[in-house]
Amino acid sequence: MKQDMSASIKKALENQNLAGILDRWNYPAMRAKAFEGIDFEELRGKIASIKGDAAGRLDELADTFKKNAEANGIKVFRANSAEAARQYIADLCKEKGVKKIVKSKSMATEEIGLNHFLDEFGIKSDETDLGEWICQLAHQTPSHMVMPALHLTKEEISDLFAKETQQPLDNDIQKLVKVARGAIREKFFEADMGISGANIAIAETGTIVTCTNEGNARLSTSLPKIHLALVGLEKLVPNYTDAAPILAALPRNATSQLITSYVQFISAPTKNDDGSMKEVHIVLMDNNRTKMAADPKFKEALQCIRCAACLNVCPVYRLVTGHVFGDIYTGGIGTILTAWFNELKSAEDIQALCIGCDKCNQVCPGKIDISGLILELRHRAANKEGLPFIYKSSLQVINNRKVFHTMLRAASVLQKPFVKDGFIRHLPMFLSGLSEFRSLPSIAPKPFRDIFKTIKQPKCEEKAVFFAGCAIDFVYPKTGEAIVKILNKAGIEVLFPEEQSCCGIPHWASGSFDMAAEAAEHNIAPLLEGDPTYVVVSCGSCTTALKKEWTKILKEQNKEALIPQAQKVAERTYMFTELVDKLIKEKRLTPKEGLELHTLTYHDSCHAKRQVGIYKEPREALSATGFEIKEMTECDTCCGMGGSYTVKQPEISMQMLKQKMKHIEETGAEFVTAECPGCLLQIAGGLDKIGSKIKAVHPAELMVDKFQ
Amino acid sequence: MFENFKARAETSGNTEVKRFETTAQALGFIEEFLAKEEIKEEVGSYAVWAKSPILEAFDNNAMAEKFPGLHFEVTRELAKGAKIGITQLKWGLAETGSMAQDSTDVEQRLASALSWIHVAILPTTKIIADIPAFMTKMHPKDIKFITLITGASKTADIERVLAIGVHGPERLVIVCVDDLELEGVAS
Repeated sequence: MKQDMSASIKKALENQNLAGILDRWNYPAMRAKAFEGIDFEELRGKIASIKGDAAGRLDELADTFKKNAEANGIKVFRANSAEAARQYIADLCKEKGVKKIVKSKSMATEEIGLNHFLDEFGIKSDETDLGEWICQLAHQTPSHMVMPALHLTKEEISDLFAKETQQPLDNDIQKLVKVARGAIREKFFEADMGISGANIAIAETGTIVTCTNEGNARLSTSLPKIHLALVGLEKLVPNYTDAAPILAALPRNATSQLITSYVQFISAPTKNDDGSMKEVHIVLMDNNRTKMAADPKFKEALQCIRCAACLNVCPVYRLVTGHVFGDIYTGGIGTILTAWFNELKSAEDIQALCIGCDKCNQVCPGKIDISGLILELRHRAANKEGLPFIYKSSLQVINNRKVFHTMLRAASVLQKPFVKDGFIRHLPMFLSGLSEFRSLPSIAPKPFRDIFKTIKQPKCEEKAVFFAGCAIDFVYPKTGEAIVKILNKAGIEVLFPEEQSCCGIPHWASGSFDMAAEAAEHNIAPLLEGDPTYVVVSCGSCTTALKKEWTKILKEQNKEALIPQAQKVAERTYMFTELVDKLIKEKRLTPKEGLELHTLTYHDSCHAKRQVGIYKEPREALSATGFEIKEMTECDTCCGMGGSYTVKQPEISMQMLKQKMKHIEETGAEFVTAECPGCLLQIAGGLDKIGSKIKAVHPAELMVDKFQ
Repeated sequence: MFENFKARAETSGNTEVKRFETTAQALGFIEEFLAKEEIKEEVGSYAVWAKSPILEAFDNNAMAEKFPGLHFEVTRELAKGAKIGITQLKWGLAETGSMAQDSTDVEQRLASALSWIHVAILPTTKIIADIPAFMTKMHPKDIKFITLITGASKTADIERVLAIGVHGPERLVIVCVDDLELEGVAS
């Protein structure tokens, strides 16, 4: 990561205006209310299908649009590049003698830096969307795609307005809005041209659709005698009725409204109020969109309807804003769009900010696998430029089981001077950043693989292979012991194949898909030894690897021969609490009677919740064994661990953990649990640092003595 | 349908919905409203009334005489100085409390977008379910410019705090009239 990126992260983290504003908004609850009575999955299925189909024939739809709009009297220009779009608009302005422009919100004009370009020809563009105008006055780019100035406080905005209008102003938001109205109103009347974007472009009728709340798009398309719309090709849909599902999802997702105040369908020039005919120009811009559509992976990103829901739910975006996470187009989808549309080559740094928690994918109305595409960007960057040497070596070491395990054993000895009560609270010098905000767990003196040999198990007909994952094996062997004990009670004998090693998730998350496939290769055969009924995993991330990623990654790396075996592993894989819940329901495990009641709060690991959809089962198993669950706020928001993310982005990781600590503390529960040793490591370390009374314990250890 | 429309519209931002059985009653309300809002021949206090089928139902000149400042021709300057803009809408959408406007004639846009208060006349019988229903009634192949209007002009661009009346009306008064048909007054 470049130095300036690190500096901008630090700067952003010092200013938490936007995070505070988004927290007060309570977007998840407001959004849910807006979607009451609507089947979101069905709706986004429709949108994905309409936009996916359109993305497959952009050129054809652009031709149809042009033909129909021109038949209605609109002039349509197809611009292949940002340069061509800018030049066309500048030439048009010169030809028509345009000196003043009013603009309603358009991301596409931001994309091509239009204002700045026109400025060089002495043409003045005034933004009229309140947020855009604020950004223009502040000489800043938007920090949010829908609400551009959300990073600024009313005090800062008041100062900007006072300077612009040369009058003293107080900080009352209602009054500030009226000041803006007064200051901008005259500009609509004076402008020679109004520029808008479009939310949708309908090919069959040559119509552009704009959605606004403030009414500025109405005025900028009605008062000046020329209206120009800059429209990205991805806005095209074939038919009029295709606009309906987009209009249903966009406002609900963007601002938790049922509909924006104004939705305009403009299909032809109309008369001005002096009786003359308005000129309407539409620039249909490609700027790498057809190239994107031709990429089998990234084509789906064209299904985006720019609602910015992926920003609102992103735990990283909330902390650092779009000024760090994105460039013009911001947040998760912004990272992808920036990589394709932006002439600045900044996306490679930006992609590293995604922690891969997948919250964005759940709310995306275009059904885009946003985090997966960011990972694909990472993968392509890693392929092109290679991973940093130290990082790549460490991933290679992880893949070499013997070397990795020998190193871990050595570390268990070397760490001794820093260990107290199983935690490392301070590390010397350059490593100190890692233990600054949370204590680190120590490597266990004896790994689970050694302990396992000493465990006496009853002989049972039914076998389960235990896939421990690195953390349980070397850091939390007690968890492994608890798992064996509980499964034995259900009449299941546990096997532990020695050849097992890292599941490959760290490689996968770094974009090193080849090494991730190697990790799968190492593990598959050992896990099927002895033909077990179950493969038991007690980590959300490892579960994701075994249940989902191995078959995908093997296919992608052209190792098809292994896929049937990988599928077999996937079918037999259970996350531990998922299996316990099943065994309780099958009455093969019976909780003891008269169990003392305890309280706990459950943190959902990102992978468990959103990759493999396991969140009910652990709660039911824990409730059945005497734990009253006190849900924390945002129980499924990432704790900031994210595997190696915490090492690569320590400042962001720390802020996320702080937030998580606050939510855990608020519950007042005795325990916090999560079925992911990574989350537990992060949370337990954070609780230790703040001296909390709440203990972070793995579910297996909580339940170990609870069964008859 | 009307009740749903009213409920949605009245939660869409500084919007009131009134309902009258007859056109005469609705006109009575509008006169009272013009008086109450102190419409006069003064910039900032005009009322503009864009071409509407309902205008056929009464003597426009008589009303203009009664309310100096009320204009039945809508220019950009008059609309700019208008406190009230009156237009008649085509359809009401119950699901969102929206109204559909045929905006082809710029008068309709000026009167409903530039004034402080938009008085929207809507035949009660023209309230339909939702956007898909609206799409079967108004099509861009027939109508050059269509607008869906929902609530007053609003923003949350400063600190996510709702503020009403940014570039458009800060108040929307919807006057539903039971005996008014789409293309004119019921016989």
